Amino acid sequence: MADRNTSTSSSGSRLLGVTTLVGLVGLLLFAFVLTEPDVRLHPTTGEEFGQFDAVRLLYLHVPMAVLTYVAFLTCAVASATYLVKRGPWWDVTAHASAEVGTVFCGLVLVTGSIWGRPVWNTWWEWGDVRLMTTLVLFLLFTGYLALRRTAADPQRQARRAAIVALVAVLDIPLINRSVEWWENRTLHQQSTLAELKIEDLTLFTLMLGFVVFGMVFAWLMLHRFRVGWLEQALARYEVETAIAERHAEIETLDLDAAVGETGGGT
Amino acid sequence: MTHLGYLVAGWGIALFVLGMYGYRIVRRGRLLAASVPEDQQRWLTSSGDDGSG
Repeated sequence: MADRNTSTSSSGSRLLGVTTLVGLVGLLLFAFVLTEPDVRLHPTTGEEFGQFDAVRLLYLHVPMAVLTYVAFLTCAVASATYLVKRGPWWDVTAHASAEVGTVFCGLVLVTGSIWGRPVWNTWWEWGDVRLMTTLVLFLLFTGYLALRRTAADPQRQARRAAIVALVAVLDIPLINRSVEWWENRTLHQQSTLAELKIEDLTLFTLMLGFVVFGMVFAWLMLHRFRVGWLEQALARYEVETAIAERHAEIETLDLDAAVGETGGGT
Repeated sequence: MTHLGYLVAGWGIALFVLGMYGYRIVRRGRLLAASVPEDQQRWLTSSGDDGSG
């Protein structure tokens, strides 16, 4: 068991972590062993087509894409609330969700590219609106994280970051609706679930992917939030300690001066 | 199994990155937690000011 004073763990987060690891093992079992590859027969020619085993990447890619939306929407809500209430809890939540969301968004781009090579015969398509808007989202939140690292007054920095988050999150509806608004400019299907005519075990594995990666997301958020909270607490503690030391120095100087005056008088 | 290289790359990269990111957060948390008084670690206390109000 971790020392109470030296980690961001709690009994709840440890339980979540262990459950997540067990869930990941179960997901791998379903994704690689128990589900069948996506193989369909052409109705007239009888030829096999489909995604074959590459479909197993979707158990990872689709949940992470949805959790990217969740992370950035959480960031936007926390940012808006921070601008109204100015509480540090909201600022730390916004920062944590932006960072976790950026990691997920980067992995969505990478795993999507790896999936696209065997299925679409291309790593990347610059003309695909969904790919480009997702890349823009990733770059916007990378900029947000860079802004959080600049040396500035913490409250001003938090306000600026909140505004950037509220602008950046406007890209999410574009990503989500891009396959319908620009249907001729994307390789993505309008509805992946309907397009695959998904079977029971495949659907179950995809849902399990949502649950397991949701737990990964929750565990990362929990610990990242606590790191952010500790960073703010440490900054406050250092300022308070410096002020206390300065007061002690002044008192010592005053005392020395008083002793000097008394000594000089005798 | 078809596309084995793509599967290993996709799952491998994702799990590796998430694992390393999680490890980095926990390690950073340990360093910070050692420097911050216990009453400032709100998940360990019930009366901490969370600033949400």
